[in-house]
Amino acid sequence: MQKALKKYFALFALPGLICFAIAFFIPMIMGIVLSFCKFTDVTNATWAGLNNYKLMFMNAEFINALWFTVKFTIMSVITINIISFILALLLTQDIPGTNTYRTILFMPNLIGGIVLGWIWQVILNGYLLKYQVTLVTDPRYGFWGLVVLMNWQNVGYMMIIYIAGIINIPKELIEASQIDGANRRTMLFHVTLPSIMPSITICSFLTLTNGFKLFDQNLALTNGGPGKSTEMVALNIFNTFYGRVGFEGVGQAKAVIFTIIVATLALTQLHLTRRKEVEA
Amino acid sequence: MSKIRRKKSSTIILSIVLILITIAFIIPIVIVFFNSFKMKFSISQKPFAIPFYTDMYAGFSNYETGIDKIHFFKAFGYSLFITVASVIAISLVTSMLAWYLTRVKTKFTSIVFSLLMFSMIVPFQMVMFTMSKTANILHLDNPFGIIILYVGFGCGLATFLYSGFIKSVPIALEEAAMIDGATPIVTFFYIVLPILKPTVITVAILNTMWVWNDYLLPYLTIGNDYKTIPVAIQYLRGGYGSVDMGAMMAMLVLAMIPVIIFYLFCQRFIISGVAAGAVKG
Repeated sequence: MQKALKKYFALFALPGLICFAIAFFIPMIMGIVLSFCKFTDVTNATWAGLNNYKLMFMNAEFINALWFTVKFTIMSVITINIISFILALLLTQDIPGTNTYRTILFMPNLIGGIVLGWIWQVILNGYLLKYQVTLVTDPRYGFWGLVVLMNWQNVGYMMIIYIAGIINIPKELIEASQIDGANRRTMLFHVTLPSIMPSITICSFLTLTNGFKLFDQNLALTNGGPGKSTEMVALNIFNTFYGRVGFEGVGQAKAVIFTIIVATLALTQLHLTRRKEVEA
Repeated sequence: MSKIRRKKSSTIILSIVLILITIAFIIPIVIVFFNSFKMKFSISQKPFAIPFYTDMYAGFSNYETGIDKIHFFKAFGYSLFITVASVIAISLVTSMLAWYLTRVKTKFTSIVFSLLMFSMIVPFQMVMFTMSKTANILHLDNPFGIIILYVGFGCGLATFLYSGFIKSVPIALEEAAMIDGATPIVTFFYIVLPILKPTVITVAILNTMWVWNDYLLPYLTIGNDYKTIPVAIQYLRGGYGSVDMGAMMAMLVLAMIPVIIFYLFCQRFIISGVAAGAVKG
């Protein structure tokens, strides 16, 4: 069969591979090379060695964006996972109408980042009006605004994944532990949590990478303001590319560093929690 | 007896808690809806007030201004076309690619597969500049060309989902068809694709959500001439000065209506699709 299929390479594999090459693979290679060049367009690049990487750390802008992103991601990973797990626990109890709750709680996830950002800009600014300030008065407001927004968007999604995990816990396991006299606390920590380790892996992976790569919401909610204090890495790279002519190379170098960070984080996280899964 | 009563009262308490949480989840959307019928200045001064039957009520004027300013229906048309075409293309092209990559085991296919998996992790910023220049050079910067870009970016996750499913299907079925003289084309469309149906739905739903809401890719490639809904909405902010919040609220409502309708109709598929997509991820 393999032989017969191989002859059809041009029909089955080629269309997808051409698209992949145009959209991702070639731009990726070009991007790596260009991060060592000075350029304003892909056609006028001149070799610059490590200059872009040096320039990137010349001012604190990139480090600040990175630090803000790290703080934001940690805070949103923790809050989203705890809230969505609690909701999943509640919605797997024997209560009427759980499906309706699920449907409504999931809905914000379908709304796009730009729209979400503007919705929350109005609401948070409306709330802050009481104190005569706005979202861009203090970076703390932007930070917590983003965390609230991210929770609103992602809690429903993660809740669905946790519910799937909880439902799949074998009935015998639950009955056996009840017969052994386990109370709610021991049930939670020794039965439920270890059994849903795969769901925890997925949810922490998704929230981690979503948080780190966040762009649309950041752009629409604060656009980095006040100043650049709530600018996350993705937005900072975007502004470096398109904000100042002559800094395209620096933007590309930042993107390379960003890619390395995200890839390392994602792979380490997967590796760590997968190991826990095996143990559990 | 008392045990039953205790259970009943805990059910009531839980239900109240859940109803409150659910209301808290809907309120943001309701506030935006109310604000879309308010005078511009009332939105910033009394953001949480209900406008109906007061002097804040602006009728549909915000909708008229907004639709005019960003050519909303044009944007809706571009969004709809690009989303539908890209999702069909991704579902079909990638299922064929995934079948090939899973069934033909060579060094080349395993390298390609790893590259596709890697592309899922890489942030868009890494390729955004070079990709939009490439698209420009190849004349892909129109609503048709962008479909190719979406297939390119979408095929990582889709290949992953499809190939996970194909691996769980016994190869004997396909081999039997081929021994009976079916070509790979016939085998794929009559045997493989029907079995893949649940995964096709998952892939289609995940990609619909992504393409419809995507901002940066259409902004960078076709944003000047063809504004999709997210691009058009962000465009309302303009360069300098203040945003017309009235028009903004109205456009947010219009942007959410199709999403909510889509959700109400395909709710079951969406939730199970998302769960299936995530579990395999």
